Amino acid sequence: MNVFGYRLPLFSSLVIWAILWEIIGHTDAKLILPPLSAITLRIFEIVPTKAFLQALIITGKAFFIGSFISILIGIPLGVLMGRSKIADDLLLPWVNVFLSAPLSALVPVIMVIAGIGETTMILTVVLFAVWIVMLNARAGVRNITPSLVEMARSFGASFPQSFRHIYLWAALPEIIAGIRLGLIRAVKGVIIGQLLISVVGFGTLFEIYLAHFLMEHLWAVMLVIFAFAFVINELLAWAERSVRYYAASR
Amino acid sequence: MPEGMTLQRTLFMYLTHPLFMRLVSFAVVLGAWEFAGSIGLSAAFPSFSETFVALWGMAADGSLFKAFGRTLEPLLMGLFISVAFGVGLGVWMGLKESAEWLFAPVFIVAQAAPLAALIPVLTFAYGIGLTAKVLTVCIMAMPVIVINALGAVRNTPASLIEMGKSFLGTRRQVIWNIVLPAASPMIFVGLRLGCASGFIGVILAELLITPTGIGDLISYNQSVAEYPSMYAAILSIIIASVLFIEGIEFVEKTLFRPEKRI
Amino acid sequence: MTFPSAVAMPSRIHTPEPIVSVRGVHKTYPGGIEALNNISLDFPEGKLTTLLGPSGCGKTTLLKIIAGLLSATSGEVLVEGRTVAGPGPERAFVFQDFALMPWANVMRNVAFGLELRGVARSEREAVASSYIERVGLKGFEKKYPHELSGGMRQRVGLARALSVNAKVLMMDEPFSAVDEQTRRKFQEELLELVANERKTFIFVTHSIEEAVYVSDRIVLLHRRPSRVHAIIEPNISRDVDPEQIRRQPEYLDAVENIWQSLKQYLD
Repeated sequence: MNVFGYRLPLFSSLVIWAILWEIIGHTDAKLILPPLSAITLRIFEIVPTKAFLQALIITGKAFFIGSFISILIGIPLGVLMGRSKIADDLLLPWVNVFLSAPLSALVPVIMVIAGIGETTMILTVVLFAVWIVMLNARAGVRNITPSLVEMARSFGASFPQSFRHIYLWAALPEIIAGIRLGLIRAVKGVIIGQLLISVVGFGTLFEIYLAHFLMEHLWAVMLVIFAFAFVINELLAWAERSVRYYAASR
Repeated sequence: MPEGMTLQRTLFMYLTHPLFMRLVSFAVVLGAWEFAGSIGLSAAFPSFSETFVALWGMAADGSLFKAFGRTLEPLLMGLFISVAFGVGLGVWMGLKESAEWLFAPVFIVAQAAPLAALIPVLTFAYGIGLTAKVLTVCIMAMPVIVINALGAVRNTPASLIEMGKSFLGTRRQVIWNIVLPAASPMIFVGLRLGCASGFIGVILAELLITPTGIGDLISYNQSVAEYPSMYAAILSIIIASVLFIEGIEFVEKTLFRPEKRI
Repeated sequence: MTFPSAVAMPSRIHTPEPIVSVRGVHKTYPGGIEALNNISLDFPEGKLTTLLGPSGCGKTTLLKIIAGLLSATSGEVLVEGRTVAGPGPERAFVFQDFALMPWANVMRNVAFGLELRGVARSEREAVASSYIERVGLKGFEKKYPHELSGGMRQRVGLARALSVNAKVLMMDEPFSAVDEQTRRKFQEELLELVANERKTFIFVTHSIEEAVYVSDRIVLLHRRPSRVHAIIEPNISRDVDPEQIRRQPEYLDAVENIWQSLKQYLD
């Protein structure tokens, strides 16, 4: 948007929202929504504490391991679905079911089977993330023009060579998009898991803060988590843009 | 048999038909479930048949439908608000650059963030009643609906808008006749994703805020270790969610984009 | 460069009054790209005038300025004596990429111009039907664009432009997105259309042969920044069989001369 001929940068309106938050924080609503300045101070206070760092490690571990598994399973399966009609017909209905289903309803199932420890967290993350990774990898492979594959074959490429040199690169923009969406869902998954289990990680912190009405602390932790999710999203979006340049002429 | 088709080829053609594949796929998974359940993998893992029996029982004595009724109340209210407000806001942002500048960052951040973390705050602010649950559905569903509607309007092919102007369409005519129909596929993608998130939200609300409806069935049966009933309740909400979203796709094809009816 | 059989004629000698006048038009895009530089042209009524030149020479830009879809940086365009400030009912546009609404069938697409003007449904469908038949698409009224070939889609675009009964029909490289055989057929049909309808046509193309085949008048434009290089009126007799036109010496000479003229400005 342009104001007086100057182009306003992206996300600059967040400044206005921050000011609004600050103002609301000083009204009667401060019980629920403390002023942004107070929350910011709390962030600096809480982050170095042991409780926070412990929660961060537990959460981070589940997040990274779960995401890694999702990517490890999701991309090959997605590529398989893109290449083989039979695999697609067998797997796609399930992908669609799990993308439409309320996954939060399945967390209790994981809980009763795997207990309330780290395994459950990791499984929850995989449950939330893997389907979108598969779907996007599939879309990427389906977008490859047949002539590119034929070209490789005409020069004598074997399947592993085609995969490495053609499929992976040609589908890369969609694969990165899938990873980005998967990681976002992984964050949602790990937080939802912790809310439902509530005796691990940030779930514990939330419980404690709520019980003592420490809203500033609650919001502080939430903002740190939100910022983390946002940074991941932007990093991967940047990675996606860097490879998009060749997407149109595939 | 058509000329040139051997028995093998015909058989292959039928066996690999998408519909048949879908049946095979479901059969394999349900079969595995049945097997895993009956060999006692875990005390908490009933077989498919046990779950199905429990499901039938709950449907027969009406408890299932009563629970659905309780769950649908915040779900439908929340979805209605999210869709009406979300599509309207998204389209407005797509048409007016200043609106986009002001609101888009909020929703972009919201889409990436695990908004479920706000549920404790909502409970704190609005208590444990209907309002908190409706708001939960809204915060889960709205961001993706808004972002998709915004993107859909922004991506209208410039050539079509130019054509509308060249035939003297007023701004209102161009928006109604060209921008909105062209945007409807992406808006519907947003609606489907938003409704899926809405379902996640309502179940979360029922599990976290106060047990009612299907969430109550799930957590109660979990607490008394009635696993078949617990799984049955979960299965029922999953089926409901899938059907609901398929329903949206059906509405899209019949009402909005007739050329996509293949 | 002399043109033996085709000469730049001043417009006062027994040619009709210009229905479209372009006076001193400049167009500079934001960022400094100068597309048009001081273009002054007249378009006589009832004739087909072609804007011809290499890619990027601004001919589509000029066409869109005349259509009112773009505004000139300076200068003015007069249509029937009135200054152009935007699109108008006396002008209709045929798009290079057809610009059909994919969610509407042929009937609705053709009737769209009339629909936007508030014409009642039965009336506009009657008008649209006659033009659908005119362009040879009778029977396809209920089909959707994705069910039609490229050539058929352009016929829909043409029928739509004809339906609004404009005096000036602007065509932006209308045949460039179809195959060669269809293109030739379209050129023949265009000649017939020009002969039967009493409209003014402004045609944009980069094909020299196409320009000479269909035009009463050809305006050659320079590369960007565009200026008028020459105006040519190929004196080709169109009373003969369409197939024979391309074999007339006047046709071949005109094509060759234009090519020689443009060649020096190519890289």
